[in-house]
Amino acid sequence: MSQSYNRGTVEDFGRWRDFSAGMWAWIFHKFTGWVLVGYLFTHIAVLSTAIQGEALYNGTLQGLEALLVVRFLEVGLLAVAVFHILNGLRLLFVDLGIGLEAQDKSFYASMVLTGAIVVASIPTFLGGKLV
Amino acid sequence: MSTIEQETETEETTDESAEPTVESPGERRRAEKQERAQAREDQRVDEEIDHSEETITLKVFRYDPEVEGKEEPRFDDFTVPFHKGMTVLDALIYSRDHYDSSLTFRHSCRQAVCGSDALFINGRQRLACKTQIADLDAGTIRIEPLPHQEVVKDLVVDMEHFYDQMEAVEPYFDADELPDDELEEQRQDRENREKIKMSTRCIWCGACMSSCNIAAGDNEYLGPAAINKAYRFAMDEREGEQRKQERLRIIEQEHGVWRCQTQFSCTEVCPKDIPLTEHIQELKREAVKNNLKFW
Ligand code: SF4
Ligand code: FES
Repeated sequence: MSQSYNRGTVEDFGRWRDFSAGMWAWIFHKFTGWVLVGYLFTHIAVLSTAIQGEALYNGTLQGLEALLVVRFLEVGLLAVAVFHILNGLRLLFVDLGIGLEAQDKSFYASMVLTGAIVVASIPTFLGGKLV
Repeated sequence: MSTIEQETETEETTDESAEPTVESPGERRRAEKQERAQAREDQRVDEEIDHSEETITLKVFRYDPEVEGKEEPRFDDFTVPFHKGMTVLDALIYSRDHYDSSLTFRHSCRQAVCGSDALFINGRQRLACKTQIADLDAGTIRIEPLPHQEVVKDLVVDMEHFYDQMEAVEPYFDADELPDDELEEQRQDRENREKIKMSTRCIWCGACMSSCNIAAGDNEYLGPAAINKAYRFAMDEREGEQRKQERLRIIEQEHGVWRCQTQFSCTEVCPKDIPLTEHIQELKREAVKNNLKFW
């Protein structure tokens, strides 16, 4: 056997420019999934302040809402969650074997819909005055 | 003996500045003769290029671990006269015949039947013989061996693993009962034929496997082509029940259908347009149904 040459990571994500819709959908789905898992922990941490009584819970939430960066993070969280839900539906159909020829279109549709919902939510998240 | 001769030959053509230290008259004559031949060849190539209005440039991956000075992978440029209807394979053959006879790639049928020339062309797995140069928008055509497979030389990759996976699903027909008369046909109804029609078209080119980054990360994953093979037989109504059960057992193992995460990369690149992801998904459902047995 002759030796052979391994081309390394260029073969995978070094080629991202050549990725097609299905591949992007997979990457985004993985990414948003991990973000949501990460969020779950902060979510639990914040909510569990309620164990220490009303005052602390309200204080924590108000304190967080007062930060502009938190508002932006909330918009980001919504984007991530909405995409994960919509693409999850897309994957459900893929698993049921429905509309597999339109899988790229349904991915674009979930992207567009995510964008629309996020834009529509901006007044709600960023509108309320910072205390 | 012959290999040594070949090596010196290729070295001379690629590295003309290297002068042998001790020269016999015979060697000098041969060298001169070769030089003249080379000059003639260059001129002929020049003329040929001049006369055709349009040329294209190939950027070809080169690598040869067995020849000194070529162990480092590099890209070679070849300028090839373009004519209407020219495929990437035509251009490669032209380059090999006119510029560098050591350029190595597999090909045979030139009509997308044998599956030997799947290459990575402009960032995508394609059959060279099925890819029209006119259809590629980039001016230079970048040709590399299939990713995620070991490169043996230039554009030739080691297909052994792919073939192993294909064999792993036991891709052969096995009916429960054979007709009494040896010469009697085993008929399939039209609907069933339609169902498996696309899956029978696989030409074992390996493009799908190469495009799948799950297969790249998990060497034991059967891969799209092998699962498609399993589909072809499992969905055939003539297949025996026992064999079908066995086949389903093979594909529902840890490194079988469940590894597929529906990236659609394989479906995208398959030169025979086989809906691979669809078939994998159907086998997933089939495996679940088979295990649940509610109906
Ligand atoms: S399924 Fe398609 S891409 Fe894969 S080996 Fe067969 S013909 Fe090639
Ligand atoms: S040469 Fe046979 S498939 Fe391309």
